[in-house]
Amino acid sequence: MASALINVPKRARRGDIIEIRALTSHIMETGYRRTAAGEVIPRDIITSFTCRYNGREIFRAELFPAISANPYLSFFTTATESGSFAFEWIGDNGFSQTASAAITVE
Amino acid sequence: MPCNRQSTRRTFLKTAGSAAVAGTVHRVMLQPLHATPATLNSAIRNLVGEAPLRTGRIKLDIPPLVENGNTVPMTVSVTSPMTADDYVRSIHVFNEKNPQPYIGNFHLGPAAGRAQVSTRIRLADSQKVVAIAQMSDGSFWSASVDVVVTLAACTEEL
Repeated sequence: MASALINVPKRARRGDIIEIRALTSHIMETGYRRTAAGEVIPRDIITSFTCRYNGREIFRAELFPAISANPYLSFFTTATESGSFAFEWIGDNGFSQTASAAITVE
Repeated sequence: MPCNRQSTRRTFLKTAGSAAVAGTVHRVMLQPLHATPATLNSAIRNLVGEAPLRTGRIKLDIPPLVENGNTVPMTVSVTSPMTADDYVRSIHVFNEKNPQPYIGNFHLGPAAGRAQVSTRIRLADSQKVVAIAQMSDGSFWSASVDVVVTLAACTEEL
């Protein structure tokens, strides 16, 4: 359904600090808007984002309606070993999405 | 409700006898539904507790003048060596006038290497945005920025 865009360097030297950028498509409906008829549009947001590096959690975010649609996050980590990054988004109405990216550390 | 001030006002004006009264009632109706400086402070107190909140070490980058409140780029960075003994545990961002005071909580650790997070946020009005960092030693540091928003987030109807 939704799609995610991940930006992780393919290669890094051990000890390098690398930037990770993650973007996913999601409406992030705040729950505060109304239709022209006056009905509240129910909240539909991503509430949690997690990034794991070879299984270890390195970054986690709790998101609120004040995060823009198609949430974008950028953060950093130290490249320690080759392996993979696993990304997970969890939200309202059972929304769940995962993505992964590989890195080679020399 | 706070997100459609215009329609509330419009609806009200239709039924109101006097425009002068409308202004007052309008404000009274909306206030409890907005985050206010008081709710901002209580949200911050919930996080910090009785610990002292110091300014410095954290930097909040938001453009001071924003054209579109629906997507405002924001970067928070904290001065920290990010070692196993001295690192940033979490970064919390709050606002003053959105429907709720929370924007996002970001949990980091020593593995981050650099304590910096960027995202895009919504601002429903010109207001103050506050970022607070919790360090591994339990201390809290804060920074705030006043942002002027010309087009507020979520005022449109569907």
